[in-house]
Amino acid sequence: MSGLIDLSASQAAAAIKRGEVDPGALFDLYRQRAATDSLNAYTWVAEQAPKAPPQPSLGGVPLAVKDLFCTEGVPSQSGSRILEGYRPPYTATVVERLAQAGAPLLGKTNQDEFAMGSSNENSAFGPVLNPWDRARVPGGSSGGSAAAVAAGLAPWAIGTDTGGSIRQPAALCGIVGLKPTYGAVSRYGMIAFASSLDQAGPLTRDVSDAALLLSHMVGERDPLDATSLDFPEPIAMPSRRTLAGIRLGVPSELTGEGIEPGVLGAFQATLELARQLGATVESCALPHAPHALAAYYVLAPAECSSNLARFDGVRYGYRAADPDDLLSMYERTRHDGFGVEVRRRVMLGTYVLSSGYYEAYYGRAQRVRTKIAADFAAAFERFDFVVMPTSPCVAFELGSKLADPYAMYLNDFLSVPASLAGIPALSIPNGLASPPGGGTPLPVGFQLAGPAFSESQMLDVAFALEQALGFDGRAVRS
Amino acid sequence: MTPDFEPVIGLEIHVQLKTRTKMFCGCELSFGAPPNTLTCPVCLGLPGALPVANARAIHFALMIGLALGCELADHSVFHRKNYFYPDLPKGYQISQYDEPLCRGGELAGVRLHRVHLEEDAAKLIHLGASGRIHGSEQSVVDFNRGGTPLVEIVTEPELRSPEQAREWLTLLRATLRSLAVSDVNMEEGSLRADANVSLRAAGSSELGTKTELKNMNSFRFLERGIAAEIARQRVTLEAGGSIEQETLHFDPVSGEITSLRSKEEAQDYRYFPEPDLVPIATTVAMLRAAREAIVELPRARAERFEDEYGLSVDSAHLLAFRFELANYFEKVVAVREGIDGQQIANWLTQLVARIGDQDPAQSKVTPEAMAQLVELISARAVSAPAGREVLDVLVREGGDPASVVEQRGLGALHDEDGALEAIVGQAIAADPAAVQRVRGGNDKAIGALVGAVMRETRGRADGADVTRLIREQLGI
Amino acid sequence: MIDRDTVLHVARLARLELTDGEVERMVGELGGVLEHIETIAQLDLDGVPPTTHVVEVANALREDEPRASLSRQQALAGAPAVADEGFAVPSPQA
Repeated sequence: MSGLIDLSASQAAAAIKRGEVDPGALFDLYRQRAATDSLNAYTWVAEQAPKAPPQPSLGGVPLAVKDLFCTEGVPSQSGSRILEGYRPPYTATVVERLAQAGAPLLGKTNQDEFAMGSSNENSAFGPVLNPWDRARVPGGSSGGSAAAVAAGLAPWAIGTDTGGSIRQPAALCGIVGLKPTYGAVSRYGMIAFASSLDQAGPLTRDVSDAALLLSHMVGERDPLDATSLDFPEPIAMPSRRTLAGIRLGVPSELTGEGIEPGVLGAFQATLELARQLGATVESCALPHAPHALAAYYVLAPAECSSNLARFDGVRYGYRAADPDDLLSMYERTRHDGFGVEVRRRVMLGTYVLSSGYYEAYYGRAQRVRTKIAADFAAAFERFDFVVMPTSPCVAFELGSKLADPYAMYLNDFLSVPASLAGIPALSIPNGLASPPGGGTPLPVGFQLAGPAFSESQMLDVAFALEQALGFDGRAVRS
Repeated sequence: MTPDFEPVIGLEIHVQLKTRTKMFCGCELSFGAPPNTLTCPVCLGLPGALPVANARAIHFALMIGLALGCELADHSVFHRKNYFYPDLPKGYQISQYDEPLCRGGELAGVRLHRVHLEEDAAKLIHLGASGRIHGSEQSVVDFNRGGTPLVEIVTEPELRSPEQAREWLTLLRATLRSLAVSDVNMEEGSLRADANVSLRAAGSSELGTKTELKNMNSFRFLERGIAAEIARQRVTLEAGGSIEQETLHFDPVSGEITSLRSKEEAQDYRYFPEPDLVPIATTVAMLRAAREAIVELPRARAERFEDEYGLSVDSAHLLAFRFELANYFEKVVAVREGIDGQQIANWLTQLVARIGDQDPAQSKVTPEAMAQLVELISARAVSAPAGREVLDVLVREGGDPASVVEQRGLGALHDEDGALEAIVGQAIAADPAAVQRVRGGNDKAIGALVGAVMRETRGRADGADVTRLIREQLGI
Repeated sequence: MIDRDTVLHVARLARLELTDGEVERMVGELGGVLEHIETIAQLDLDGVPPTTHVVEVANALREDEPRASLSRQQALAGAPAVADEGFAVPSPQA
């Protein structure tokens, strides 16, 4: 049976189609592994495989789904106490589409509460542990999905990315994570954090799995999501072996200061490898990228403060006991139901939108957003992709950044620019590096960002790099 | 000397659109459905649910904008208006803010500020003391109404009297009814009006401090509420006091105006563009469809009434600006070919005096009965005063006018059998003084003799007949 | 800058109860984050339009056609308190 674990999701799907693997056995194997998970990656695990749809093109390879995707009759709490006991009466479009395509729900994965965090420590279910070093964080907010895939507790998973929440945990756990073009994947049924930034995407062992999973997440726009878009063409399976003719731009603003030496070293080595594969690598400018983090921490909290207003103890979830009156019901429910980080962002967002501050914060942040998108657009006139590290650091120790919120926010400074521009970005593992104080080497992520709807080409380039890098994650899948 | 004050009134009107489904989801609109049976993840504000705007609601709003002569935006966006209340499931209302669908416009000389689209709140039912849990009173939310499409119409403060406000709202209602975009029923809440009221020194162009009078649920209450608020402000100002900006409630039963307890802090709605929706770009096709859907507006209808039925300008407006009355008028006219339209219009005024704002089609007076009554009067088979008496009966009990006339002996007294001649003779004999004055050339004195005959005949005699007979008998 | 009163005002707007200790912490933390955020005040953004939607789409509308509603039982399934076939809340008028 152990051989099954070594199959990537796309290999397993192919094996099922050839009749070499029984999808029921595959599901049971992963179900058992997920149920005995010691990383706290799961919040719920399926009892049995749902009935497979006829001729599923993904074969029945089970899927781990971030808690914030609504799944009918199955707990969906977005990692929050305030949704204690909540079981939605409907399923998110993307989960439904993947189930129809033959990726049945294996379990729900742990996450930072309402996807706010970069360490998965802000979960009502407790932190997720990094399979590479259990004293360290898996990244966040899709930490459960990332850890589950890295540790072989799931063949593949989906998560969401608002400012890096797929890419950063993928990097910290040594797997592939892709944030698609904004609008490419339906947001219907995703418990919102920041509506104008949230986007669902795959977290997978390798680039081929990411392409296969993504190909069933995008397509025709979802009539239930006004911001969703038709994907212009089917996702092509990656096959590229060289990078001849590929132009990579290296933004100086995002490849210098504030990045751990080990991460920078791995990045430089990957650039060299790209050159050897035939790519041209030149520096480019994203002049407004240094302001992306500030703009992001205005826009995302502002939207979150409004998106989270529906958690009021009236229709579902937690309500504080014996309130004196309506006001105290609201105030106590939301105090007790939300964790510290969520409260902080709700406060920040409410403040920046409040009377007299809108233009100074929200209005300006939206204009910075325009400039950042324009910077990328200018870069893409000269380059196919812009590349930079995914995270400025490798996995850090649990609890080490909780005292200073801004230190935690700084984890996002390399991933946030692409989020604000709404463009696709992908992280692949490009080696191991020791943390600054020394110790066991930990995974590092290499990030590519491309123009809207360039996912197929981006995956193709990532595939060539992946093959050349030969990153081996088997050690943590035992 | 106390200065003379002039009222300044603006209206803010909410109209529930008569689409099939809600503004942002596919739940059908509720017409008395059992509580919480017309909800879905979107209108319950469940986590993860997203709004998608209803194309027909936008179409209706564009029709309204065109009918009111507004400037239609080619780019318009939805905003979130954030506040907490149990009838607001998402913690924000999707509304429009600085980029509404329509701006400007004018109706009957009153300019409009804007017209925009939004979603209605749910219904909050107060259980009162009977529903106490843990010592505090309970309310219950029914989300059936939540998410119903609403159009908000805001006038400039250009109305000058409670009567004008009522008249204007009546015309607006007729306009919206003619567009068939709403039931516009105040009692049922599909038309709701708030009024901003202030006073200023007559002739001044500066505006005084205004108060907002909330949710008056009939035309009568709107007029009375505004009048009461004007009176209240006048008393305050004349006593040297000042008006506080506040939200008020008018109690139609007691006639009292009370302040709605102001919230603990000033509202701060934290408007920002709704990121779950994309902008509305009004296309040529959308505009054409809206224009083609507009059939006949009240002004055009009034003109048609003048041309087609020979109505006076006043009568034509009176009818056409009240949608149901105009419909009723057209039904009465259609009963018989060649019937006198102006006469019908005159008698409809009599009907309105008796049934008020009620839809005449809902009254006991059928169009056939109305037509018959007017015919009886035109044929002088019933005198005008007797006709009014017949109408009283019809309003109370229904039935057909001929039977009412028959049963109550209200038929006109003509002189065929000599009975009227005899009564005239008695009147002349009974009032020699009047006779003398008439004979002396005082023509007006004849009125006293006519009056006496009318009293005797209980109004059934024809005035012209009576005058003729008196003159004959006096030989003048 | 952020002071105690501002924090209390914002907390009320956001309907969040905060203990005295939490108010104190919030004053420091929000102040710290805002200090970093305020760097965007230095940028010259004159004439730059705001971005609300990264993708230029308009009129993603829905036809006025009904979709199935939830049953009352489904609607009320997660409600913390139910009365008279509806969602019970402390009365706002109390």
